[in-house]
Amino acid sequence: MLSLFKKIFTTGVVTENVKVYDEELEALGIEIKRHIDQQFAGSLAIRQVDAGSCNGCELEIHALSNPFYDVERFGIHFVASPRHADVLLVTGVVSRAMQTALLRTYDATPNPKWVIAMGDCASCGGEFGVSYASCGAVSNVIPVDMTIAGCPPTPLVLLKSLLALIKNKKG
Amino acid sequence: MSWQNVFLTQLNEADIFVKTGSISPFVEIWEIDDKHWQDFAKIAFEFKLRWAAGFAEQIDDQFHVYACFETAGNYILLRATINVSKPEIPSQATVYAAANRSERHTHDMFGITFLNHPDPRCWTRHKVWKKSDHPLRHDFPVQGFPADVTPPDTDYHFVQSHGVGVYEIPVGPVHAGIIEPGHFRFQAVGELILNLEERLGYVHKGTEKIAEGRSPEGLAKLAARVSGDTCVSHTWAACMAMEQAAGVEIPKRAALIRGIFAERERIANHLGDLGAICNDVAFAFAFMQMMRLKELWCRSNYELFGHRFLMDKIIVGGVAVDVTEATSKFLLSDIEQLRAELADLMPAIDLNSSLEDRLYTAGYLSPETAAHFGTLGFVGRASGQNFDVRRDAPYAPYDSVKVKVALEDQGDIASRFWVRYKEINASMKLIKQFVEQLEQLPEGDLVANWKTPETGSYGLGIVDGWRGEIISYVRFAENNTIARFYPRDPSQLNWEALEKAVLNNIVPDFPVCNKSFNCSYSGNDL
Repeated sequence: MLSLFKKIFTTGVVTENVKVYDEELEALGIEIKRHIDQQFAGSLAIRQVDAGSCNGCELEIHALSNPFYDVERFGIHFVASPRHADVLLVTGVVSRAMQTALLRTYDATPNPKWVIAMGDCASCGGEFGVSYASCGAVSNVIPVDMTIAGCPPTPLVLLKSLLALIKNKKG
Repeated sequence: MSWQNVFLTQLNEADIFVKTGSISPFVEIWEIDDKHWQDFAKIAFEFKLRWAAGFAEQIDDQFHVYACFETAGNYILLRATINVSKPEIPSQATVYAAANRSERHTHDMFGITFLNHPDPRCWTRHKVWKKSDHPLRHDFPVQGFPADVTPPDTDYHFVQSHGVGVYEIPVGPVHAGIIEPGHFRFQAVGELILNLEERLGYVHKGTEKIAEGRSPEGLAKLAARVSGDTCVSHTWAACMAMEQAAGVEIPKRAALIRGIFAERERIANHLGDLGAICNDVAFAFAFMQMMRLKELWCRSNYELFGHRFLMDKIIVGGVAVDVTEATSKFLLSDIEQLRAELADLMPAIDLNSSLEDRLYTAGYLSPETAAHFGTLGFVGRASGQNFDVRRDAPYAPYDSVKVKVALEDQGDIASRFWVRYKEINASMKLIKQFVEQLEQLPEGDLVANWKTPETGSYGLGIVDGWRGEIISYVRFAENNTIARFYPRDPSQLNWEALEKAVLNNIVPDFPVCNKSFNCSYSGNDL
């Protein structure tokens, strides 16, 4: 037990400050930000849906919970059901086998709701595109409010994008 | 007399005649008549050959059906030819359980019937294409004939159970956590799991079909996305197959750098898994510490090589980034730092009795079951399967070092936990040796000159990824384009073993059992 506490104390706090600059906000689309500010200042419940990703994006979403980014300090949390969610964070092209599952998840999310397409596949189809097995980008299946490019986007880009959504008006 | 000759004699006695050839030092290609497909498997089984992979391809109006076997690092790629007009071949799944899902996948993709297959249900198709269509046949267009909304596959017949107090728990495809989609069907009594049936295929993205017609560079990029956590090793396997087909030898420098990438990938994933296993039994301290170490490791990747997972850093013919003198120093100090951190952490974790309580004896996979399904990587090695491509069929740069294979035979979650830790240590040693070898090498090319492969030439890339052996088959069409790509992720074999490992565990322990296997959905579904 002692060695455990010792490690905790010697590790200290590694959590980093994250600042979102105005020009980055511009790039993310100020419009949805205004909407979300009104509805969800200070808190965002996210349901993540892998609609056909290679698992690369999931690894970086996991990284958001590590002590460096500590996403929960901003009021952002990942929830277990779409019924608890404000935002669907969708990764991957939408495989045709997942199309109905994604539509049902979307329907199960209460209004008002927003959809973020994360990564190149979800944003524009990436390496996989549209085929007999893939519907391509998420916007081909459900309405998308924001896209985050990258293969996969780094946790910092991801975190800044999420913060841009909840940054309240004064900030 | 070598075992191959004894084996061949036995086959001849059974009237199975083999045309043999060689692909690479460790891989032979054997051709047999299609009617002996199952009989061959029976004799191979007696010789304790491991069934490693199965796939097919269409060449004009014929199908080539392949099965890959291995023993002690010697691979046999078995081939039989059948006509498209009568696509039937005896099943090997009646002999090898490992062949089961692979043959179902081949059936869905090509319409090849495996006679007497024990499980005739579709596997990859779901309701994505019609039963009479077969996406990997040449007459099937890559865009297919999709419905506006593909309906869910609701009439799949799961195993049923009856009796007082038996109930069913359907889980997925959309899970509660941040993981890939798949469906699990549990039969339980109280908390005890009586049976688990996996239903995968939800992330089938047509990887094999969209590979057709790509350039070698394009295929390398696609291979990196077969399974995002294994981007280095899948790209390596695909490039190895392409390089073999083209007769290109990569520079020694490039091989050493590939080795560093692959071992760094192994360490990153193992760190993540060690943490995640602890998280699934609510030991937050270890979870956070491991996540911290993994983050530092990924940041080093980014700083040194430009990508946190080293995606697209292996390219056809070599690598995209060099290891300079400064990089070498950084790599070595990174190892020292990680070693010191783990020296603090692991004893603290080892002494935790509640962790011991949850991990020991849970999720038991017996060595027999592990062998039965041809289980690979750390899952196999935790259940006594003493196999590692890096040691048993070494490829550059592993042919220049001694690879120590971590082995346990306890077969429980604790075993899979500690095998990962041992593998981290072994990988650190390997990186150090590769860096030292690089320092001795004069500066030189990172990429070999590419030669356009002959039409119809093929290769079989076999590497040891962090989950275990990856087998990648590539055949070229004319003009340097890809005719066929088939990657066999180790998950394809490990998934079936998971169904057995969870039996008699309680339902709430499923997440930790699952995490201790950490199979890829994307790599399985393709």
